[in-house]
Amino acid sequence: MDLAAIFQAAFALVVGLDPAFLAIVSLSLQVTLTAVLIAGLVGLPLGAALALARFRGRSVVIVVLNALMGLPPVVAGLMVFLALSRSGPLGSLGLLFSPSAMIVAQVILVLPIVIALTRQTVEDLWIEYRDHLRSVGLDGARAIPTLLFDGRFALATALLAGFGRASAEVGAVLIVGGNIAGYTRTMTTTITLETSKGDLPLALGLGLVLIALTLAINAVAFGASRIGARYAG
Amino acid sequence: MRDVTSILPLHVDGVCFAAAGRNLVDAASFSVPPGGLTVLLGPNGAGKSLMLRLCHGLLRPSAGAVRWASGAGGRAKRHAMVFQKPIMLRRSVEANIAHALAAAGHSGPERRSRGREALARFGLSDRATQAARLLSGGEQQRLAIARAWALRPELLFLDEPTSQLDPAATRQIEELLAGLVAEGITVMMSTHDLGQARRLADRVLFLHRGRLIEDAPAESFFAGPRAAEARAFLAGELIW
Amino acid sequence: MTMTMTRRLALSAGFCAALTGFALAQTTTAPPPATSAPAVAGDRFITVSSTTSTQDSGLFGHILPLFKARTGIDVRVVSQGTGQALDTGRRGDADVVFVHARAQEVKFVEDGFGLERKPVMYNDFVLIGPKSDPAGVAGTKDIAAALVKIQEKGAPFVSRGDKSGTHAAELDLWKVANVDLAAKKGAWYREIGQGMGAALNSAGAMGAYVLADRGTWISFKNRGDLTIAVEGDRRLFNQYGVIAVNPARHPHVKINDGQAFVNWLTGPEGQKAIADYRIDGQQLFFANAAQAGA
Repeated sequence: MDLAAIFQAAFALVVGLDPAFLAIVSLSLQVTLTAVLIAGLVGLPLGAALALARFRGRSVVIVVLNALMGLPPVVAGLMVFLALSRSGPLGSLGLLFSPSAMIVAQVILVLPIVIALTRQTVEDLWIEYRDHLRSVGLDGARAIPTLLFDGRFALATALLAGFGRASAEVGAVLIVGGNIAGYTRTMTTTITLETSKGDLPLALGLGLVLIALTLAINAVAFGASRIGARYAG
Repeated sequence: MRDVTSILPLHVDGVCFAAAGRNLVDAASFSVPPGGLTVLLGPNGAGKSLMLRLCHGLLRPSAGAVRWASGAGGRAKRHAMVFQKPIMLRRSVEANIAHALAAAGHSGPERRSRGREALARFGLSDRATQAARLLSGGEQQRLAIARAWALRPELLFLDEPTSQLDPAATRQIEELLAGLVAEGITVMMSTHDLGQARRLADRVLFLHRGRLIEDAPAESFFAGPRAAEARAFLAGELIW
Repeated sequence: MTMTMTRRLALSAGFCAALTGFALAQTTTAPPPATSAPAVAGDRFITVSSTTSTQDSGLFGHILPLFKARTGIDVRVVSQGTGQALDTGRRGDADVVFVHARAQEVKFVEDGFGLERKPVMYNDFVLIGPKSDPAGVAGTKDIAAALVKIQEKGAPFVSRGDKSGTHAAELDLWKVANVDLAAKKGAWYREIGQGMGAALNSAGAMGAYVLADRGTWISFKNRGDLTIAVEGDRRLFNQYGVIAVNPARHPHVKINDGQAFVNWLTGPEGQKAIADYRIDGQQLFFANAAQAGA
């Protein structure tokens, strides 16, 4: 297989603006960004709370969260599959083989990353800020907004890490989404499908497009945080 | 703006602070009436910093009590603190001040007008939009004082405010503190720098190994301290 | 005071929203749960669990638009190995199953999970191997003899090993050839536990023989050194059946639309559509819904 064919396939995908291809890219972004958004809204406050709270079993929770960062996507997918299947506890929702199911699975993958990295960032910041914040009357939960805001650049990196994990994984979305053409087919499941069809140039072309998209999103986030850091120190 | 009733004098009654079974602050009792600058003097490890934190409410005494003349609790507690290493939020200079005012419950317009006032008062107006953490050490400590000042405290605690600064910046901070006292703010600061204590203090509380050994007007303390440890400290013989 | 802190919290949460602002805008248009009408697909849809071979061969891409044009029903195909596809039906996660492993299909109906098994079409399996033909089986029509030779010479053989219809057919063929796999299995016999395309990719990389359905083979693009070694044996025929999932078992299944798909597939229009599907002029599937006992 020659390199020219790969780049040609990737080029044709992008320049051709094939509606089916655009739908796949758009679905991938929708699912992953929604999952990261939800994980952020839930994980940032939870991670900050975990950083400040002191309770029995806290270190166990932290170790488990750190371990969950490495949860195999297939396992997360299987858990969501079993829960959402018509024969499972949440079967009546009828969510299996839908984008919503894929979002649920990705939230499960991203959440431990967001919580664990937020916990680390906020805890370090709290050690530095503690005296001043408590002096001005911000203690416990009331310190969380300040800590999240001041940790924003490190936390953006945590969200990017979550985005990377979600956008790159195929195991979970394949199991719970079913790779249904035009409905739950994402970039990664398409790559898997095209590989199995033996259309390796198309698969690799899609891979290049995925890499380029991820790169673009990271570059934008990096640039934004650079500019922001200049004003915040 | 200020309440008619003052939170001063502050009464410290038999305050102890224990850690790992040892009393790091041992049965200290004194009062702080309004006005003047009180220096907590003593060698390293004497408990100066702990004492300030106990007074400010960052630490709870394990025995005894810190009492204010009128309720100093609540969010606008009317005493503020500046730390040895200035704690700068990752925001602009003006946002650092606005944050402290917001935490004390002040409205947006109030935050802006007090912020501008504080920046002007401490010569930081041209730095307003810069990142606080990119200021020099001296400027950072100046901002920390401006931030505390904006809260309009009756009593300001400072923990070794110049120990990390060069002589020029130290001189500048000392001038600022003298100005605050002249303005009517009661100041209580710790230092292990004898020269600084001589320059600034109206009153000296000498601590040694967690105990308040001597409480005297600055003049008489430096003229001839009664306690042997204080004499040794003035002679430069007492390090611990 | 509460207001200022709320604002601060909103700010902190806001930067995360800014990063994912695109998603915010999109969630409103994101497809709703499968129970309601999705925006991207039509109003009516059914879920069909089928096999990787039908998917990889491109058959669905050809026939489903015709079905949709006739009935207005969208068909969402989840393609899995036959075993998994039947299991999806058994759990109630599909309205129709469309697979190729007759014994398993019959059992599926007998167990009460499906209504009625109807034959749809067949294609045939072919034995694929490297052009160098290390086992010397090329050109024979006797699949049983070819398998015996492969085993005796210890030539590499890739098995799907995924409980798919093709896997089941392969195991049946070993039985027909009287090769006791349990005893003779060795390094030459490589179970990869993946789909048809992946098995072909593996066989190409290892210079191994592999049993494939003709449809996938014809549409497979990464042939490299692979070619057809054995074909045309009647025992290589591969029958597909379709079954609507039993609503008595799973009351939520869309029995009317599901049955409509089954009827269309086995009726004249669907049968013609299947027979018309060609790649490079080659017919991939042979419609035989009317053939008794198929």
